[in-house]
Amino acid sequence: MSQNHLAELAQQTVKQALERGASDAECTIREGNEFSVNVRMREVESLKQAGSRTAGLRALRGKRAGSAYTSDLSAEGIERMVASALELAAITGEDPHAGIPEPGELGAISADLQLYCSDVERIETAVKIDLARAAEAAALDADPRITNSEGGSFDSRTGRRVFANSRAFVGEYRSSYCSLAAVPVAREGDSMERDYWVSMARSFAGLEPAAHVGRVAADRVLRRLGARKVKTQRVPVVFEPRTARSLLSNVFEAVHGESIYRHASFLAGRLGEKVATEALTVIDDGTIPGLFGSSPFDDEGVPSRLTAVIERGVLKSYLLNTYTARKLGMKTTGNASRGVSGNTGIGHGNLFIEPGERSPGEIIARIADGLYVTELIGSGVNIVTGDYSRGAAGLWIRNGEFAFPVSEVTIAGNLNKMLMDMEAIGSDLEFRGSTAAPTLLIREMTVGGR
Amino acid sequence: MSFSESFFSSRFAITRGDLESYISEALSQGGDYADLYFEYLSTSQISIDESIVKSATQGVSLGVGVRVIAGERTGYAYSDDLSPEKIRQAAHVAACIAAGPAKVEKTPLEEGRKRNLYPVLTAPHETAFLERMDLIKRADAAARGYDPRIFQVQATYADSLRHVMVATSAGVLSFDRQPLARMGVAALARQNGSAPQRGYAGGGGRVELSFFLEEKTPEHFAREAARQAIVQLDAVDAPAGETTVVLGPGWPGILLHEAVGHGLEADFNRKKVSAFSGRIGQQVASPLCTVIDDGTIRNRRGSLNVDDEGNPTQRNVLIENGILRGYLQDALSSRILRASPTGNGRRESYEHIPMPRMTNTFMLAGESDPADIIRSVPKGIYCANFGGGQVDITSGNFVFAASESYLIEDGKLTRAVRNATLIGNGPEALRYVSMVGNDLQLDEGIGICGKEGQSVPVGVGIPTLKIDRMTVGGTA
Repeated sequence: MSQNHLAELAQQTVKQALERGASDAECTIREGNEFSVNVRMREVESLKQAGSRTAGLRALRGKRAGSAYTSDLSAEGIERMVASALELAAITGEDPHAGIPEPGELGAISADLQLYCSDVERIETAVKIDLARAAEAAALDADPRITNSEGGSFDSRTGRRVFANSRAFVGEYRSSYCSLAAVPVAREGDSMERDYWVSMARSFAGLEPAAHVGRVAADRVLRRLGARKVKTQRVPVVFEPRTARSLLSNVFEAVHGESIYRHASFLAGRLGEKVATEALTVIDDGTIPGLFGSSPFDDEGVPSRLTAVIERGVLKSYLLNTYTARKLGMKTTGNASRGVSGNTGIGHGNLFIEPGERSPGEIIARIADGLYVTELIGSGVNIVTGDYSRGAAGLWIRNGEFAFPVSEVTIAGNLNKMLMDMEAIGSDLEFRGSTAAPTLLIREMTVGGR
Repeated sequence: MSFSESFFSSRFAITRGDLESYISEALSQGGDYADLYFEYLSTSQISIDESIVKSATQGVSLGVGVRVIAGERTGYAYSDDLSPEKIRQAAHVAACIAAGPAKVEKTPLEEGRKRNLYPVLTAPHETAFLERMDLIKRADAAARGYDPRIFQVQATYADSLRHVMVATSAGVLSFDRQPLARMGVAALARQNGSAPQRGYAGGGGRVELSFFLEEKTPEHFAREAARQAIVQLDAVDAPAGETTVVLGPGWPGILLHEAVGHGLEADFNRKKVSAFSGRIGQQVASPLCTVIDDGTIRNRRGSLNVDDEGNPTQRNVLIENGILRGYLQDALSSRILRASPTGNGRRESYEHIPMPRMTNTFMLAGESDPADIIRSVPKGIYCANFGGGQVDITSGNFVFAASESYLIEDGKLTRAVRNATLIGNGPEALRYVSMVGNDLQLDEGIGICGKEGQSVPVGVGIPTLKIDRMTVGGTA
């Protein structure tokens, strides 16, 4: 189906919902193609290629909302979806804040955000296989201790998102994505470790070279070999950019409009307060060309924008959609996020920490004893209380240098205190996904081990 | 039910001849094996928040996945359109993984033996929406009524009805109707202006709606969620470092899922990237431990009549008296390892390549009285409930996050402690099991397991367990 057809279909679906008794309606149609190849031990292991489409409708009858979705985009499929959504909108509860954005709030960024690059679709399968193979080979060939691998892989996706609502908004955009990864396994004595490196880009041309991807993955896995557990102690903890990003995800959950109105966040009710060290500024910006968190409009048709979430340590804004904004007596921040089913949720654009002055090397150099965290596992973060306890692996810092690898330990603290105790923010900010953070140093956390 | 009465045959007029011709197309470039996975999935979900039913959704997705295996290579394609041209096109794309002459010998499709582990006449998905909505309204009222300190309640009910059909070049023809339902309640409590605390409980299975009316009612889950939130109000900091850990029965069985289950999936082992690779026949746990994965338990969330490759599920012994016995197999790994399939080939949907996955994973009961186990601990913690867990299968390190635990002091449970992550190493952790209770319980039916981006429903269970040494990630 051509692009005009999908936009027309979305508009017709909204019209059909109104004719059947909806007071407002929103229709989303997503279309996507995916390709992936995995090469393991230099041989192609799997190759996948396919495309699919889904439509979703959210319908309101006054203050009651219902939604439905279908992968069947035929006239009958759409009709069934409309009937399903309306059936539900007749029996859900009246919610005084339910609705869709005001006409004045709707719109899209007109500048080209460079979300789609056609080179992703033009690359031949053989080239993609060769790249995956080269990334893995670079890791395998880097060191004799790398004797095994979970493979090298190349993935690409292209997609189109169409959105229409009953207040005359209709918009669409295409997007593309590709990635190249290597996952080597290294062994020395009884110690076996795995690590990875991945390069992601919206354009094929934007990927890091395969040799680099494999080499970085190899360096990462090699430095984990022979890891040991350390004694339980309180020490400074450094998060490298890859793990620092997860702290940013915790901050996102804590400023998420739904957590705020339910009082289910340690940051609820604290707008205008100092919640972090003065050095910390957290920005959400959905308008940066070419990045993964950018979009011309959010998932309810409101233009994406820049929002300062924390500015010099002060909590400046929550991240909101229309619903949570109304609940809180505020305005949407253009952060609506919705797949094709259910009510509208909240997502972030490009969420990042503004870089500081010090290089990672300078940060580490000042630490006598501490943990440099390269991997976090588990889900032990309680956003309601801020309690933080996760599994970690990394490198021990002694006298300003990496001394030995560490694993099977926990790091624990409370996010309230961790944000205040952020002693250094690195200068090494890089966008490798829709969250980005430089190296971060937390003055003290409990490392749980022997 | 015979093929002609089956869902895809009657609704989409798919014939045996069609299936055979698609498989021929899939093997047209050579290839050793091909299969087709047809799926028609209907789902619904309803949520209540602030005592208002704010969200209700229902939907349908359907499609077919075509897989071709050539040696150790897999080609995969899918279509969300069941027209013959689109299925043939997908088969053609998947076929290109192989490079050789078309495979000519054909095995006629034969229907396997039938059984029904979830004899659900009317799936919850097929009942009136208002009845299901009533469940979450009852949960909301019960959680709020439990204690005046409960100030926020969210309850969600979700169900699905999945029709699947699998046809393979090995001659397997299977179809199944898979109902699933689950409800969950989250409650927040606070007192005297203190920070709020959260509790969560939920459950379900491959059951009729009557399960929620007679066996595990909305009030049961609501009171449990509220109770957990209230308990946390007085919690103290969890200890940090190695200590004795007693796990309560049921959901804490997530320990097995992370510590050993994933590491025993055959894909990781044939690639030798698991901490358990090459250890069959070795002692990997205390002799008190016998660990089973069983996809055949009636009405359980992790059970299946046939796995997503058409093979019947079964009861598999993973660890027997501490000795590692076997791996969880799918079609590809069992071909390469020349082992029998174990009924563990699962996938999230027709868009996904199957992998070895767990079903219901649990430890057999031992002989100790749970009260004696607690009495035997001078100093340690007792964990009654958990959130999620995760494992790095290569190093074997795993974590699971305790959401309700208590200090054990001089053989008695004393104060509640705050959430903390527990960390251990798979091939080592179970060696420290020194007592196994006589009180095996399976969880209430809320498990979701994620692997390589695919989610599938699973179950876990343990009796009360004493682990002499494990690292607790607290701050005290």
